[in-house]
Amino acid sequence: MSLAALALLILGLGLIAWVAARAKAMSFGSTGQARQHSLPNYHGWYVALWAVLPALFFLTIWSSVSGGLVTQTVLESPAAASLPAMEMQRDAILDEARRLAEGRIDAAFNPEAEALAPIYAEATSFYSLIGSSIALLLAFAAGAFAFTRLSPTFRARTRVERLVMASLLIASLIAILTTLGIVLSLLFESLRFFSMVSPVEFLFGLNWSPQMAIRADQAGSSGAFGAIPLFWGTIFIGAIIAMIVAIPLGLMSAIYLTQYASGRVRAWMKPALEMLAGVPTVVYGYFAALTVAPAIRDFAVTIGIPGASSESALAAGLVMGIMIIPFVSSMADDSIAAVPQAMRDGSLAMGATTSETIRRVLVPAALPGVVGGVLLAVSRAIGETMIVVMAAGLAANLTANPFQSVTTVTTQIVQLLTGDQEFDSAKTLAAFALGLVLFIITLLLNIVALRVVKKYREAYD
Amino acid sequence: MTDMSDTGMSDIAAGQRVLNEAAPKMIARDVDVFYGDKKAIDNVSIDIALENVTAFIGPSGCGKSTFLRALNRMNDTIASARVTGKIELDGEDIYSSGMDVVQLRARVGMVFQKPNPFPKSIYENVAYGPRIHGLASGKADMDQIVEKSLKRAGLWEEVKDRLAESGTALSGGQQQRLCIARAIAVDPEVILMDEPCSALDPIATAKIEELIHELRGRYAIVIVTHNMQQAARVSQRTAFFHLGNLVEYGDTSEIFTNPRATRTKDYITGRYG
Repeated sequence: MSLAALALLILGLGLIAWVAARAKAMSFGSTGQARQHSLPNYHGWYVALWAVLPALFFLTIWSSVSGGLVTQTVLESPAAASLPAMEMQRDAILDEARRLAEGRIDAAFNPEAEALAPIYAEATSFYSLIGSSIALLLAFAAGAFAFTRLSPTFRARTRVERLVMASLLIASLIAILTTLGIVLSLLFESLRFFSMVSPVEFLFGLNWSPQMAIRADQAGSSGAFGAIPLFWGTIFIGAIIAMIVAIPLGLMSAIYLTQYASGRVRAWMKPALEMLAGVPTVVYGYFAALTVAPAIRDFAVTIGIPGASSESALAAGLVMGIMIIPFVSSMADDSIAAVPQAMRDGSLAMGATTSETIRRVLVPAALPGVVGGVLLAVSRAIGETMIVVMAAGLAANLTANPFQSVTTVTTQIVQLLTGDQEFDSAKTLAAFALGLVLFIITLLLNIVALRVVKKYREAYD
Repeated sequence: MTDMSDTGMSDIAAGQRVLNEAAPKMIARDVDVFYGDKKAIDNVSIDIALENVTAFIGPSGCGKSTFLRALNRMNDTIASARVTGKIELDGEDIYSSGMDVVQLRARVGMVFQKPNPFPKSIYENVAYGPRIHGLASGKADMDQIVEKSLKRAGLWEEVKDRLAESGTALSGGQQQRLCIARAIAVDPEVILMDEPCSALDPIATAKIEELIHELRGRYAIVIVTHNMQQAARVSQRTAFFHLGNLVEYGDTSEIFTNPRATRTKDYITGRYG
């Protein structure tokens, strides 16, 4: 019996258990005894969950274990004695035998596989029979056990609610565990990288040229892994140029929207501004690469700036800054709106103008929120990939000239990992080390941002 | 307004001002205030004299706060609010196009129901007004204004050693006196107080009332209050508002002992409100 059919069968059993338990619980009501603790529905759910969950849980475990058991059986059979001892060849033959047994291929390349296929098929059906029997038995037994516990005073509701809470907890743990898994994988791959390249060279080296020589006589592929130019490029674009654009524009638009705009203007302007955040970054990317970058290069050439490149830090930074505006403005908007009206009235009643009130009272009071928003925006900007891949270029220049091409951490990760790659060379592993650094920086920024917002928030009641 | 010495910061100047004031400080004639289509104040006329503390009393929603906010055009900040009729300050129509609202609010200060010090230091709270109006010519001058204002608000002794601390860290009553000091610092002619004690405990309330006594005569004070005992204690003139109308206006002693209108009598004897 296939796994899906079995699962359906168990769910069917669960439905029957639900109906039966509910009917039983309904009958409690008619006996006219003391009030039932739980509604019939809860009794139904209680029994159904008992019938379904243990069986499904067993199936999950079983499906991961049974494969190994089958292989074990096949290997122990007399026909398997002639198999080569080398693992790779043996695995290939076993795999073929399995596919023969499942009917996915008609003929095998290895003659041994033909002999093993019937044994394989037999073992598979044997274990699947065992698995199905246990699962069904489990469903029946657990369902029956739960069914016998039902009584008018049985607290089915409490138990079902507890299970609901547990499942919610598991759902939230999955996200956390995934993050942990990502961090661990980054960490281990990075450790492999750092066993080839010293962390000091990586973190403080000024020369980035990750191309490794494939042949010994190949020239110009030394494999230098100094990531400073990348870090600089990332900061230059994401934290400097983008923020020079995003902070003033975001803040001023937030001030306009909260303090000056009439209700009607605000009603269409705020969603329109937030639409910026909905534009896919790849669209920003080609806007930066095809429209902004050439315009900036032409401008630079016109005013005679040397070294102007068609892939400039300025183009990527400008467009990224535009992209970030909604983040800054919505955080600033929220924190300005959180400053109580009494504060504003107090200032206006002193004879301050609206702009004096904003400058001297509202913005200082809202500053923690604004700073938090800016830090979050920075962390978003330095992790941003598409715009810089398209518009910032690949040359790892260490330059403060915004018209020149620089490269960023994310761009290099994309470069290192796209296409056919060998995953044991320093070149590829460098991507993980870069990813780890990026992760740590954004994590720190997020922590600092949240702390700033929390600590300095004025508690207006 | 720019020179501190001759505009009432000393007792003598203030005394002279009282003597010179024959006409009322503020005059309102046929004032209506609307919120959108709703009429919140209906045809109110009143004179406010410098030498008196004037109390506005009346049940909740009677329009007394609305009318108070009309006196320094704070209703301008509410988009739907509209004021008709005439309100004059020293004979000048405050709703005329020639009246600068910034100047008006420097002359007619306001203290709010809930203490609303800025999240700045005590010093900066008081210095806020003089700074935006350019009243101080230097650091020493500003120090003097701050000290004088805090002294007048009866707060100096309590805060003189911690002027750099945040104004929001003070107790409620101190915060309210800080707000009064802040209003005094720009040397206004009229101070409007919108239920200044409603958020305070009895002891803090007593201090504010005492302060109002001391400030009387130096500034024309208008106080909105829910508390009739408070009106009786601090004011010389009382105006009773009900449903947007000014029902009765007269000497406080008169209003409380011998009200002419039945509505006033009912309110004062506690039939409603």
